[in-house]
Amino acid sequence: MPETAPKKIDLRRRDMPKQEPEIRRHNFSEVALGYTPELAVEEARRCLQCKKPFCVSNCPVDVNIPEFILAIARGDFANGARLLKEKNALPAVCGRVCPQEEQCEKNCSLVKRGGQIAIGRLERFLGDWEAAQPPSALQGSQAALPRLPASTGKKVAIVGGGPAGLTAAADLVKYGHAVVIFEALHKMGGVLSYGIPEFRLPKKIVDGEINYLRRLGVEMRVDFVVGKLRTIDSLLEEYDAVFVGTGAGLPWFMEMPGNNLNGVYSANEYLTRVNLMKAYLYPQTITPVKTHQRVAVLGGGNVAMDCARTALRLGAEATIVYRRSRAELPARLEEVENAEEEGVNFKFLTLPVRAIADEHFHVQGLECLRMELGEMDASGRRSPVPVPGSEYYLPFDCVIHAIGNSPNPLIPATTPGLAIGKGGNVVVNSDSNKTSKERVWAGGDIATGAATVILAMGAGRKAASSIHQYLLNPTPW
Amino acid sequence: MLVPNLHQATLLAGEIARAVNPGQFIILRVEEDGERIPLTVSDWDREKGMISLVYLNVGKTTQKLADLTAGAALPSVVGPLGNAMEIDSFGNVLCVGGCYGIASIYPIARALKEKGNKVTVVIEARSSYLLYWQERLKTVADRLVVITRDGSQGLRGHIGNLGKIIAGLPSPVNRIIINGCNYLMMRGTQESQPLNIKTMVSLNTLMIDGTGMCGLCRVTVGSSTKFACVDGPHFDGHEVNWEELAQRRKAYLNEESQPFRSSEAQ
Repeated sequence: MPETAPKKIDLRRRDMPKQEPEIRRHNFSEVALGYTPELAVEEARRCLQCKKPFCVSNCPVDVNIPEFILAIARGDFANGARLLKEKNALPAVCGRVCPQEEQCEKNCSLVKRGGQIAIGRLERFLGDWEAAQPPSALQGSQAALPRLPASTGKKVAIVGGGPAGLTAAADLVKYGHAVVIFEALHKMGGVLSYGIPEFRLPKKIVDGEINYLRRLGVEMRVDFVVGKLRTIDSLLEEYDAVFVGTGAGLPWFMEMPGNNLNGVYSANEYLTRVNLMKAYLYPQTITPVKTHQRVAVLGGGNVAMDCARTALRLGAEATIVYRRSRAELPARLEEVENAEEEGVNFKFLTLPVRAIADEHFHVQGLECLRMELGEMDASGRRSPVPVPGSEYYLPFDCVIHAIGNSPNPLIPATTPGLAIGKGGNVVVNSDSNKTSKERVWAGGDIATGAATVILAMGAGRKAASSIHQYLLNPTPW
Repeated sequence: MLVPNLHQATLLAGEIARAVNPGQFIILRVEEDGERIPLTVSDWDREKGMISLVYLNVGKTTQKLADLTAGAALPSVVGPLGNAMEIDSFGNVLCVGGCYGIASIYPIARALKEKGNKVTVVIEARSSYLLYWQERLKTVADRLVVITRDGSQGLRGHIGNLGKIIAGLPSPVNRIIINGCNYLMMRGTQESQPLNIKTMVSLNTLMIDGTGMCGLCRVTVGSSTKFACVDGPHFDGHEVNWEELAQRRKAYLNEESQPFRSSEAQ
């Protein structure tokens, strides 16, 4: 074969380098290492640049995906980052935590030709690439801050500094409105800061994205609990509009005896101790988390995987206890596989019915029932049915409930005139995210119940657009 | 330091001072990456924008707080959190305080007095040298009763004498409010239960966020689990599962007291 023969283009989707399971299960550093520039360009060159891109129509925030991929393919990362950020204020976050397999990547034309284009990985690549550039390198280039329109003189208050609020803030500031975010915790980011672990979403990435919003001119007030320090009504006296994005912050516990034993946690508590309060660095930091030996995580979603993988890294043996089978796990497959590789145990078709105490009021195990899969239920999954008389005991010194959250009740309880749904959620118009209360919008988990980061961002975007229209041209509510 | 191991911190926190009501608390951090601890607001000046906290030095964070000098800034003070104490025209009200509860009962007694109640304040300590704020309490109390274990001031005895004190009052008590350590509140409610007087207590639980998010502050009240931060911290003391509360309070006792057992502690 002559040496000059062109190299055949490899059509396969490029894998992203990861830390080896044996190594990563002992540290809190990020699992996925991200594409190198070479890998990113190779992957981007696979994109067919479809005329009718399904990826864009499946994106909750309408990112112009083919355009930013084309920029990567040409090696123009600065332009790619700019294009991406036009529509998505948090690319480095979304590239990591969005369920791309159910959204942008789902109907990619390449699904059967080497695999769908790795949109999430490319998005992450651009977000990280830009964050790694020294500010001087971005000065004057198109990747620096977008040009903002003249101020409209309107002020918008955003309640809650999570994905919904951050996205709404970014859009509103780009429309020319003054924006203040009120966050209850001491750190911005909501679930991105307290919930999603360091090894899946490094906090410096979150901080970087939030700093970008600060540079855009968004004002942020932490340690500010709206509903306590000031009510929505009081904010409405000072602001032209209010967006409520306070999330699903009230943890559920499975209904069974023994939930108040020591060693029993909500996923929120366990993850907040470790992520927000940095207990994984204890005793260099002050907030501790117990070093348990055998940790049970009840639930099968992404949060459950996060808890189990956190427990592993803290030195415990971790077991997911789930009442259905592997096929019904609501977590992303990627997260399930990561957990399996790292050595998380799975007890499927198992329903805990009671937490059992030792003599020190500490949990020592779970009494469980075996389950069988029965008929299809409303969720389209086969419903689990207990096998009578199948009680058995599993020893655990820690039990984490990761079965979901209700919307945070602080705002609903303190805001007269705000219509509240059956699940405690704020009722919104699905087109505009307007609530029943004049000049108040809401979106994200507070409106939908616990869902995903990107859906909350989509709601923040929709609300921002509606707020903008209303502020320019107030119409009767 | 007010009295041995009890400290007072006065903070400039204008918005909180204007919003706070009796029985509410704040959460503060003393340093970046520090823990969040809940402390009851014991007094405030809405015009000057000041709030006062009285706290027991029990661990690393309270020690650091006590070590701060005037003019220092805290990275976080968030609040007011929790519900305010129910203040109404009850008639004769007995306000009981021990430890830091001597301070936190003060704004409650003041509000009850302003509402036209007859207020009897009972404060309890091991010895007279552990009592404080008596002058302040006298300004809002129709009657101040002092109990010390050693009899160095007032009645000799402890919270277990509450039943007798109530029996000795000239008119029947319509409501009791107890603030202090969980043991004091538990013993107090045991005294008031046979008398069938509604007794409100302000629970001290472990907390992280204080906004209902983590659920660490779960308590069993009656037959249901409540979150002290958003459902409380005030509950009917006769309904509280005190044994569970005491056990849950101890969950991290080892880690909390670690600084006092290590050589670096001064």
